[in-house]
Amino acid sequence: MTANSSTINGNAVKDYRSNSLWRLTLRRILRQRSAIIGMVILGFLLVVAIFADVIAPYSPYQVLIGVEDVNKRQAPCIHLLGCPADQPQHIMGIDGNVRDEFSRIIHGTRVSLFVGFSTVGVAIIIGTLLGAIAGYAGGWLDNLIMRFLDVLLAFPSLLLAITIVSVLGKGLQNALLAIAIVSIPSYARVVRASVLSVKETAYVSASRALGGNHAHILFGRILPNAIAPLIVRGTLGIGTAILDAAALSFIGLGAQPPLAEWGQMLGSERNQVFTAPHLVFYPGIAIMLTVLSFNLLGDGLRDAIDPRLRSAE
Amino acid sequence: MIQYTIRRLLLAIPVIFGILLVTFTLSRMIPGEPCKAMLGEKATAQVCEQFTKQYGLDKPIPVQFAIFMGNMLRGDFGESIRFSRPVTLILIERLPTTIELGIFALLIACVIGIPAGILSAMKRNSPLDVVVMVISNIGVSMPVYWLGLMLAYFFALVLKDTFLWLPPTGRLTAGITSIPFFQLWNFPYISGTFSHYMLQFFSNFLIFNSIITGDWKVLGDSIKHLILPAMALGTIPMAIIARMTRSSMLEVLKQDYIRTAKAKGLQRNLVILKHALRNAMLPIITIIGLEVGILFAGALLTETIFGLSGVGRILYEAITARDYPIIQAFTVVIAIGYVFINLLVDLSYVFIDPRIRLE
Repeated sequence: MTANSSTINGNAVKDYRSNSLWRLTLRRILRQRSAIIGMVILGFLLVVAIFADVIAPYSPYQVLIGVEDVNKRQAPCIHLLGCPADQPQHIMGIDGNVRDEFSRIIHGTRVSLFVGFSTVGVAIIIGTLLGAIAGYAGGWLDNLIMRFLDVLLAFPSLLLAITIVSVLGKGLQNALLAIAIVSIPSYARVVRASVLSVKETAYVSASRALGGNHAHILFGRILPNAIAPLIVRGTLGIGTAILDAAALSFIGLGAQPPLAEWGQMLGSERNQVFTAPHLVFYPGIAIMLTVLSFNLLGDGLRDAIDPRLRSAE
Repeated sequence: MIQYTIRRLLLAIPVIFGILLVTFTLSRMIPGEPCKAMLGEKATAQVCEQFTKQYGLDKPIPVQFAIFMGNMLRGDFGESIRFSRPVTLILIERLPTTIELGIFALLIACVIGIPAGILSAMKRNSPLDVVVMVISNIGVSMPVYWLGLMLAYFFALVLKDTFLWLPPTGRLTAGITSIPFFQLWNFPYISGTFSHYMLQFFSNFLIFNSIITGDWKVLGDSIKHLILPAMALGTIPMAIIARMTRSSMLEVLKQDYIRTAKAKGLQRNLVILKHALRNAMLPIITIIGLEVGILFAGALLTETIFGLSGVGRILYEAITARDYPIIQAFTVVIAIGYVFINLLVDLSYVFIDPRIRLE
């Protein structure tokens, strides 16, 4: 019998595939307004990141001195809004090093999305391993791992990240590592809770009785149950990671110039807020939009796929 | 209750031990000699030797950790490389500003966030609810330093000649000075003693100091200087508190006892405030406690932007100057403070919800 067989003993049978878990979940996600808005913004950002070279009118590193008649920190010039046509168009103005701000913002999308996905990716992998081992093994190992993670949680996360980076040395790579480290505990806790809740179920016992080894039981039987809360937590975590990474870059610990990173762009022009507000305004809007998209998507996903975490909707 | 408090305090000891262990490990991970890391690159061999002996760096690692822990718990955080002063003195000077800023920010967050969340829950799916939720979604996604800069731009530049103008930097207007209460009232003290430091510490709370000394000019001026940073710092917690209040209230409003209260003919507001809010308070208080950690980290960014001389700003300067003793001391102090605040939150459950019997 296949999933597509249309009759069993003459009775019509529904197509199983049309009701698969994933399709059901997708349908539930699409019913969430916030998830849709989040996905639309995120899709837009992904397009911008992928086609950054095509969209950006200039290279993010190109200094326009001698190329065009523009000044340092010149205000935005948009032809549609009445900027004289004989002036070159720079819709977000010129930055402190006479580069096109718009091109830098566009290229910054790549950095921020990379930051979000890479830190959360690393944190999820390590957090899942730690949480799974703690929950599955139990006993002293569980205690040891969880108490250690509790200590990490006792620090305000951004502060711990700052301390780690000031020890490791500044730079985007170390900042990402620090953010990944400080976000491990929350993923480990989610996974441990899921593992504990299914560890004693009948199908796990059955798998054990059938002679499954620990790795098979843990990764093949138990962990798939932890995926839903992990996806939710991860999506919300990407927003926080981007925000924290931008903050580290803002105070000079993360991305270093000339890299087009929004937090760094904002930080290097922060004293110019009264004279060139556009150089502070746009990077902030870009950060906010990106973080907002992940937060909305995460909220929507939580309501759609994880009834345990569902807020009172 | 007392027993519970004692037990919770005892449970905090391993966490504090862990915090010290992590900070110690980090301090030993700094590339290069620990002496150079703690005294600066210019430290001579002779000074280094003395330092090594004083902090027991020639002893085995566990002994070093014991010495480190002893120093930290006694409040000896070493000497700042940049300022060549004991870090403890810098803390006494700077911590009050940060605490005042944090309290002010949290006050703004609660005073606006909680009612907004309640209204949102009461008028669920109404335009008001949508507006509150949209604003709070944007609020949690904003970088605090960006908001700070934008507020400074708006209130200090755009509204320059209106009565709404607010100062974008500093703690007090130049020319206005706060007189410490212990000097005003001629408290007897011996300079450099513990009691002197404590008096200094409390007088550095400018708002507190100006209230008890009745110096209304300083009070007004210092509050004026705190409004913008507190607004910037308080917005993210406000958004989070509003969201939590809304979902917690929605949960409670579904309960049978709320229907009963309404059926009894009680006034709507009474039901909301007395029956529902009190029961919805637990998760709200929890989230407020957790927000304190975010406030501390946010203070670093807001104080830097608004030129407030609190611990956040000096931490920022310490990071730029690689002044590790300050970074280490502030990390320890803030983390331990955070542990105790969350302990207070746990203890407050008993008062909010008498059903929780803590034995």
